[in-house]
Amino acid sequence: MNEQTIAEDKLELHPIDKWLRSERMPHIWCPGCGIGPTLYAWIRALDRVGIPKEKVVYVSGIGCCGRGSGYLDVDGFHTTHGRAIPFAIGLKLVKPELCVNVISGDGDLFSIGGNHFIHACRRNVDLLVICTNNFIYGMTGGQLAPTTPLGDRSTTSPYGNIEPSFNTPHLADASGAVYVARWTSIHVRRLEKSIAEAMEMKGFRYIEVLSPCPVSYGRRNKLPEPDDIAEWFRQSSIIRNGANTSEVQIEKEKPLILGNFVKRVGKPTFYELMKKLEEKVRGR
Amino acid sequence: MRKAVLTGKHFWYGNIAIAEGAIVAGCRFFAGYPITPASEIAEHISRRFPEIGGTFVQFEDELASIAAMLGASWAGAKSMTSTSGPGFSLMQENIGLGVMMEVPIVIVNVQRGAPSTGLPTLTAQGDVMQTKWGSHGSYEIIALSPDSPQEAFNLTIRCFNLAEKYRVPVILLTSETVGHSAGKVVVPPKDKIELVQRKKPKVPPEDYLPYKPDEDLIPPMACAGEGYAFTTTGLTHDEKGYPDTTAEAHEKLVRRLNDKIRRHLKDIVDVEEENMEDADIAVVSYGQVSRPARKAVGMAREDGIKAGSIKLITIWPFAEHVIHRWAKQVEYFVVPELNYGQIYLEVKREAAGEAKSLLIPRMGGKLITPTEIYREIKKVSEK
Repeated sequence: MNEQTIAEDKLELHPIDKWLRSERMPHIWCPGCGIGPTLYAWIRALDRVGIPKEKVVYVSGIGCCGRGSGYLDVDGFHTTHGRAIPFAIGLKLVKPELCVNVISGDGDLFSIGGNHFIHACRRNVDLLVICTNNFIYGMTGGQLAPTTPLGDRSTTSPYGNIEPSFNTPHLADASGAVYVARWTSIHVRRLEKSIAEAMEMKGFRYIEVLSPCPVSYGRRNKLPEPDDIAEWFRQSSIIRNGANTSEVQIEKEKPLILGNFVKRVGKPTFYELMKKLEEKVRGR
Repeated sequence: MRKAVLTGKHFWYGNIAIAEGAIVAGCRFFAGYPITPASEIAEHISRRFPEIGGTFVQFEDELASIAAMLGASWAGAKSMTSTSGPGFSLMQENIGLGVMMEVPIVIVNVQRGAPSTGLPTLTAQGDVMQTKWGSHGSYEIIALSPDSPQEAFNLTIRCFNLAEKYRVPVILLTSETVGHSAGKVVVPPKDKIELVQRKKPKVPPEDYLPYKPDEDLIPPMACAGEGYAFTTTGLTHDEKGYPDTTAEAHEKLVRRLNDKIRRHLKDIVDVEEENMEDADIAVVSYGQVSRPARKAVGMAREDGIKAGSIKLITIWPFAEHVIHRWAKQVEYFVVPELNYGQIYLEVKREAAGEAKSLLIPRMGGKLITPTEIYREIKKVSEK
């Protein structure tokens, strides 16, 4: 059918189209990438919880995932490498009524931005942080990440990685996050439910999404086809809600433990404590 | 409990005057990290903000502090941090983001001896060129330098006004000496203080282009949560705020980011001239050094030497038209500064072919005295 023959009011939109800047499509992400499904789950969760568009803020850092904030039709901030979390903290503390989300990659959040991550957990700042962990620096061409599994090859570990990788849910848990979960980008519905659950909570909430990068990670690690990594996720995943986060380290030959691991209720947020302090000082 | 504007006469350290100036200017978000000799500013704000309803956060480092300020400014708050050399170095990358995204923020740099950890408790003026060129790329920035607690108070307010007007990070380039000297500070009544707020969009959200400038080259600024659904990035971008890395887009954007400052030089640049009408020798100074410099000019005048003083209040953009004009009259520019030659280079460049320039450099964390400057003026007058 010729596109031009469809009247505009007859065009059927995809349910999530209203959230996207369609004029910016196609996006830059490669076939098989997990960022798209992750954003899809996030958008569906926004709809499920019923958060209006004008309340949504999307802050990203640098890397493939960083580009996401420019594709969504919400207030979007594509910041510097590693600084998405503190940028989002400043914004959220000034406008606490907004739903502020940081969606960024493993290199951005755990290498260059690692210090901000643990301190934001400790302070219990009211943020939802989603990490698309693809085990590699994708945009720069496949260099070693703090999440690259032991032994894996990258362009800067051509003989195999000798560094232990971060167990990011354990790091978040130990640093004080009130919600910690891990899913993969093929578990879209479970991920959506988990994001929605996190959105209805207050405080520092963290969800890790294991995400295929066939081009920069898979090709060098015997998973070269677009669905090879997805297949690894499908075959190796075990869902264990409430698992002890110290036991969910990702190791290549072992099962991938997924689930909603931590839910702490009643821990006051930084903003709540700041307002309490203000009352105390003013009442002096 | 104290009010926001403490109208009246006070005896304040320079650093306290800066904190109070920020509060008067409407600053309600402060993010910082402890560092000598700037910590008193953060300490004072942490005591004052709960009284007046502001957000104070001591972050894990300066990288986080400046990032948080940018986020807070995008949420609509006037935001400030205070730091010294090592922390200022750490902030450089996000100063660039502030320039690129056009975010009003104020950074106070209480200068100390450097390079590196240098002289943490002693004074210097060594960060002048870093303030201009510290982040990567071609950009223009605004920096002001006070010489006393009163001027520190006044200029902090002006920093906020300029940041809001030009949508650019503004640096208050002060020093340990000013920060740790006490003096009289007069805070005027609230309604006598002129405050500038950023331009807001006048069009409905569907027509709003976040980087479409007005005639003055400055785009109106929507903030997060106001329903404009805008996107912004540190990448080269078009008027919609979308990444556009073509040669044309980059040329256009970088030119505008620079020209919006360059074209308003006369509005931004502030100098104080004394005894310049018939001067043969001009002492060009800024910050704390302008106090001994003015005294030295007085001593020279008593000796019958036709000396005058040009005090730079605005450091960046450089007062090139001022130096250029006086270069036609004076024979010598004498530039005392607490470094090994920074503003001197700018003066020399502008005076080239018209007048000579002499640097009086001083390192070591000690002030330069009126007599030392006077001696150099005398030597030059005898040439």
